[in-house]
Amino acid sequence: MNDSAAPKPIVSIQNMSKRFAGAVTAVDQVSLDIGAGEFFALLGPSGCGKTTLLRMIAGFETPTEGALLIDGQDMSQVPPNRRPVNMVFQSYAVFPHMSVFDNVAYGLKVARTKGSEIRPRVEEALELVKLGGYGARKPDQLSGGQRQRVALARALVKRPKVLLLDEPLSALDAKLREAMQMELVRLQHSVGITFIIVTHDQSEALSMANRIAVMEGGKVRQVAPPSELYERPSSRFVADFIGKINLFEAKPLGQSGAALELEVPALGRIAVPFSGDPAKVAWVAVRPEKLRLLRQPPEDGSLVFPGTVAEVAYYGETSHVLVSGPNGHGMTVNLHNGTQETPSTLAPGDSLCCSWAPEDTLLLAD
Amino acid sequence: MAFFRPRVPIGALEYSRRWSLRLIFLVTLVFLYAPIVTLIAFSFNDSRRNIVWKGFTLKYYERALQNDELLLAFANSLTIAFFSTLISVILGAMVALLLWRFRFPLKAPLEGAMALPIVIPEICMGVAMLAFFARVGWPAGLPWPLNLSSITIAHISFSFPFVAMIVRARLVSFNRELEEAAKDLGASEWEALRDVIIPHMRPGLIAGALLAFTLSLDDFVITFFTSGPETVTFPIKVYSMVRFSVTPEVNAASTVLIVITVCLTALAMWYQNRLAAKEKGTGK
Ligand SMILES: Nc1ncnc2c1ncn2[C@@H]1O[C@H](COP(=O)(O)OP(=O)(O)OP(=O)(O)O)[C@@H](O)[C@H]1O
Ligand SMILES: [Mg+2]
Repeated sequence: MNDSAAPKPIVSIQNMSKRFAGAVTAVDQVSLDIGAGEFFALLGPSGCGKTTLLRMIAGFETPTEGALLIDGQDMSQVPPNRRPVNMVFQSYAVFPHMSVFDNVAYGLKVARTKGSEIRPRVEEALELVKLGGYGARKPDQLSGGQRQRVALARALVKRPKVLLLDEPLSALDAKLREAMQMELVRLQHSVGITFIIVTHDQSEALSMANRIAVMEGGKVRQVAPPSELYERPSSRFVADFIGKINLFEAKPLGQSGAALELEVPALGRIAVPFSGDPAKVAWVAVRPEKLRLLRQPPEDGSLVFPGTVAEVAYYGETSHVLVSGPNGHGMTVNLHNGTQETPSTLAPGDSLCCSWAPEDTLLLAD
Repeated sequence: MAFFRPRVPIGALEYSRRWSLRLIFLVTLVFLYAPIVTLIAFSFNDSRRNIVWKGFTLKYYERALQNDELLLAFANSLTIAFFSTLISVILGAMVALLLWRFRFPLKAPLEGAMALPIVIPEICMGVAMLAFFARVGWPAGLPWPLNLSSITIAHISFSFPFVAMIVRARLVSFNRELEEAAKDLGASEWEALRDVIIPHMRPGLIAGALLAFTLSLDDFVITFFTSGPETVTFPIKVYSMVRFSVTPEVNAASTVLIVITVCLTALAMWYQNRLAAKEKGTGK
């Protein structure tokens, strides 16, 4: 699962748990290896423990159990101000009474950096985040996006081994957020520092990170590169959290050759190519964009879900067609407008078949 | 048909248009401020007796300035106020930080106990102070600034809770992430306090200092119980002068005190308003 991590991890989290008073288990037995130079995302719904995990890496929370190694060194006795990591806070936490320059210079000053070295390094950091010439401004004279860049420059100027970002884009509007996503990726490439970013926005994680850990209830459910996470989710939770998906309960019947036979109330008895533990399979799923809509059932061995068109929603580039089948089951189909059966020829009430290739079927654990 | 503008009926909340309420307002104003205005006016009155207006003069201010006892009392008051303010601010800030930052057993009782000097009647505080200093045998008859120590201690004991309350209220709006950011950038506990927390506390410290200064400068009751013949403060001196007769000299001295306290209060309010406007402007 961790095959794309660099051979020597820069951050190594080993069986780490955090329980708060009142028996809240915020982080539950998490083990993760994050390689040098990675852009790593922690993704999960609200309250799943992402911030707590990040704060343990920064040193603001003490793990209840487990170990943390940064660049091979045990961090259990190292206070936050001596860890080779820096953090961009969700509120940015730009010091309001200091100018932009002083904000960025602060980390160098408390580290007793030579005075002559501070100015060039601060200016370089400000250039890096495209805030050259803003040094004399006070934070209250900056926009939200600019304040965030100050927080970024302030952390980067320390040349940390790892940069931690807690939902850095959540306070920005949609357009600026998209621009900043690209900016962060560019920045990460140019400085080569490991980034660990927390987000609850799956599209943000997919577009920025080269590896993603999906968390739920304090546990890491899956760690994988974005495409694998999307194409090969390991569980119902991950499949449902990342993108849209049609899910049906299934009961595995038995392996026959390379295929697993399943009893699916919504689809009947089907056989899907599968290698793995059949006992764990509880759901079959198919992504809406893998589906074709046909007037006649196909003869090529595809899987079929017969039904009638219930609703057509037009989104410009795509249309989403809701097909309702037998026993109240439903299936969403995404069509690319202009390339397939044009939705304008579809009307609610039309009888159709949704069909897809067996290898596009996902078999998921609970 | 409308030759004159129709009279708009008085709305429920338009108090300023009701005659009865205007009258009450006026009477209140007169009762509150007439004595003060008279006091100030008669300090310029060219007459020994404070009864009829004889003409404008500054001679009672001159005379007050030549009254060595009055000047000494004034110097005493300023010295006491200065030291009491300094120590109250340090002590109050430390108590506020302690109550804001740490969780410890008996925190709630301590918080309540800290507010006690604010609610205890001044006269009781005064008697308690008198008993206390007599009991511990606080040395009397020390050389000049040291003989003010007992009054200064008494003033600190009732001023610092005010400072602590103001600073505590200010700390509520502190974003803990700022402190964490400082530490994350390499600051030690002390550096984070110095560079991030204290700058945030500063308006509270200034407001608290101004309050402590005015409280000390015009305190009478508690000072009365803790001062000796050598350690007369300005309010006590004025009181003893009045016991003989209310001379324009007393008026002049009181006017000076009023001006100082009003200026300090105005400064405190202006500072707080400016800060409020600034923080509203940044949308914090
Ligand atoms: N200091 C604390 N004391 C007690 N419980 C806490 C504390 N901090 C967090 N928790 C709890 O731990 C759980 C995880 O919190 P955390 O802040 O890590 O979530 P998150 O994944 O960052 O969520 P979000 O996306 O909403 O920021 C939550 O249930 C939260 O209530
Ligand atoms: Mg969070």
